Amino acid sequence: MLKQIKNTEGFKTIANGLWRDHPIFSMVLGICSALAVSNKVDNAIAMSGGVMFVLIATAIIISMLRKLIPLRVRIITFMIVIASFVIIVNKFLEAFFPIISLALGPYVGLIITNCILMGRAEAFYTHNNTWLSVLDAIANGIGYSYTLISVAIIRELLGFGTILGFRIMPAGWTNWVVMSMAPGAFFVLSVFIWLTRTLAKQTPD
Amino acid sequence: MVYLLTIFIAAIFTHNIALTYLLGMCPFIALSRNMKTATGMAIAVIFVITLTAAINWPIYHLILIPTHSELIYYIIFIIVIAASVQLVEMIMERFFTALQAAFGIFLPLITVNCTVLAVSLFMVLRDYTFLQTLFFAFGSAVGWMLAIVMVAAINEKLRLIGDIPKGYQGAAIIMVIAGIIALSFLGFAGMVKIQ
Repeated sequence: MLKQIKNTEGFKTIANGLWRDHPIFSMVLGICSALAVSNKVDNAIAMSGGVMFVLIATAIIISMLRKLIPLRVRIITFMIVIASFVIIVNKFLEAFFPIISLALGPYVGLIITNCILMGRAEAFYTHNNTWLSVLDAIANGIGYSYTLISVAIIRELLGFGTILGFRIMPAGWTNWVVMSMAPGAFFVLSVFIWLTRTLAKQTPD
Repeated sequence: MVYLLTIFIAAIFTHNIALTYLLGMCPFIALSRNMKTATGMAIAVIFVITLTAAINWPIYHLILIPTHSELIYYIIFIIVIAASVQLVEMIMERFFTALQAAFGIFLPLITVNCTVLAVSLFMVLRDYTFLQTLFFAFGSAVGWMLAIVMVAAINEKLRLIGDIPKGYQGAAIIMVIAGIIALSFLGFAGMVKIQ
């Protein structure tokens, strides 16, 4: 039974997105936002939600239109589709979570150039049917989210002593300010990549 | 005039687009293995960023605002970027064959380089005038070049020693180098201030 499930297309797609071809560790895609918005957990959650929504919506539209999009103009078509959904995400955040929207600033708009979206659209959605594409989108979205949120948990814990604004560290804790700034992002993510690559016994590109 | 220079210096050092805002990281990781490639890409980026910012400002302020269609500026900006990259590629192919050979291969990659879109978005968020936009765009691109060339140079030397743990080779070690350089760039903080 388990073996049967393991051999289905859908299972392979999910496993690839979550672990083997994980967008951040294995292909090093979409790390701008993984680095930039992971200073606080609530920012990371908002960003992952946004990317997840755009991934799924793009997967549906592009895999449905894949036979109609001419090869030469496909990149610009992908971009217009992605940009339209990003506008929805931006307006949604502005309306319901104004503080997070302010904190994310231009990074919401930069979901458009997040390489995960373009990469998946180019590599997967143009060749597969809608069902598989949506599965792939969900798997990649979750893969992206768990990295982003775990990096954010480490950085917020060390940089502010809190998680989601709740005090975790004891009162005498000195904040590691560098963790909340750019260098901290680089160091934490590099350790993450190192750990997962060693665990997955992956040879570096 | 002084303020323009402030924006320019700030965009290079204190608000470096790669090391402070962490933008343009995909090509940063992919191309900073070799100095020559890094420099070629960076020059193409400088050109495209300045050009697209100069096109996007009038479009936003003279067309989108008067017609109350600011909602769609993401789409407009991304189309302008994609179109101008295509145009530059075609012009270079036709008239500057030597240039095309030098950095033509990087041009298609620039469309998905987030620094290009980011500069245009910052321009809207910070409400820059046209001249300020130009100085900010050029400064940001030069700052990006500075960062990628520094990282590539260190990475090249580091590989000669070749004693990096296996999982750290490739992307991870580039991030550590970038992190250390970002740390040193924190020393510039407070030198100049922009909003």
